[in-house]
Amino acid sequence: MNIFWTLVIEMISFGLFIYFFGKVLWKPLMQAMEARRRRISEGLAAAERGQRELEDSVNQAEERMAEARAEAHELLANAQRQANETLEKARADARSEGERIVSAARDEVDQAVSQAKDQLRREVGELAVEGAERILKREIDTKAHNDIIDDLVAGMR
Amino acid sequence: MSESVFTQDPTAVEYIQHHLSNLTLGEGFWSVHADTLLVSWALGALLLWLGHTVGKRMTTDAEPSGLQNAIETVVEFVNDQVQSLFPRADPLIGPLALTIFLWVFAMNFMDMIPVDLLPLVAQWIGQNIFGVEAHHVPFRAVPTADLAVPFAMALVVFGLSIVYGVRKKGLGAYLKGFLVHPFGKYMAPFNIVMSLVEEIAKPLSLALRLFGNLFAGELVFMLIALTGFAWYMAPFQAALGWVWTVFHMLIIVIQAFIFMLLSVVYLALATSDDAH
Repeated sequence: MNIFWTLVIEMISFGLFIYFFGKVLWKPLMQAMEARRRRISEGLAAAERGQRELEDSVNQAEERMAEARAEAHELLANAQRQANETLEKARADARSEGERIVSAARDEVDQAVSQAKDQLRREVGELAVEGAERILKREIDTKAHNDIIDDLVAGMR
Repeated sequence: MSESVFTQDPTAVEYIQHHLSNLTLGEGFWSVHADTLLVSWALGALLLWLGHTVGKRMTTDAEPSGLQNAIETVVEFVNDQVQSLFPRADPLIGPLALTIFLWVFAMNFMDMIPVDLLPLVAQWIGQNIFGVEAHHVPFRAVPTADLAVPFAMALVVFGLSIVYGVRKKGLGAYLKGFLVHPFGKYMAPFNIVMSLVEEIAKPLSLALRLFGNLFAGELVFMLIALTGFAWYMAPFQAALGWVWTVFHMLIIVIQAFIFMLLSVVYLALATSDDAH
């Protein structure tokens, strides 16, 4: 019972098995696990990137919404102001128009009054002249004394 | 067992002697243990075939299939052990550790097969195919319970540790380590003896630990088989067999693991910077 050659053959077998185990089992499995590890870490990185992008777009959307809100606010304020201005202008226009109409009417009234006064004076003058004529019982040259009457009229004013 | 292997029922001593003899080819110095070689090669080939099968339909997807998952778990486990002990990347250590763990485990596992089954198969083949009398066909199914296999692996690891040591430190520094370690240069002769004993103890203990555990386990299985001498012993025998099988299941895994771990440790020691 000598184990020398069994030992030698088993040593060689062991060496060969190490070689083949490395080739068939160790290397491909290590590579596969390495590849999986890489894939998982890439996936995690991608997920993180996606998360960041999502946050970015949410921020962007919020920003844009705030902008839109501000713009709407501004537009509304503008419209309000414009309306106020228009209203104010219309009110002022109406007031000045009314004043104009009132003053025109007053002018007309004044004119009518002075006209009436003139006419009254003339008539008074004529009546006076007629009265004087009748009093003096003589005809007074109307033409010759019109100047005097006009003077009188002007003096009465 | 209608065709009895023995002409009469063997005595206990005959039974155990028969189970502890190897199927030997050749004479004297040139003899080899055919059963050991056959079983160890078959198991190695089986593992390689399994690895090949997994490798062929391997997936790097998130969910590996059952067998790939199992083998990946083992490989990852071995890799963790190797990397914790052997930080420098080395192309040989990983496959070496994996081979030791899987192959030793597979060879140890032969102890889980009923102790008479494979010898009976071998005897049947010997009788009916080779025309040898069944009584003259011994067969030992557990290669690691044959001194040759543990020693073969331990010697390969030993040789590799010398190669690694020389490659790391240079031949001069490596040999000088024998002179100055462990008691300094003034105790050189004593150091040589100490270092030699220390170095030789490593492969010796490595091989004998595995051999002793498996040999003892096999022997206990044989003794349990011998308790079945009468019909009323059957429950007792079954209970004993069950208990020892469960216990031995732990031993074969632990021994495979220890052999792997110590091999890596010895190689790591050989390449470590400080001298032990």
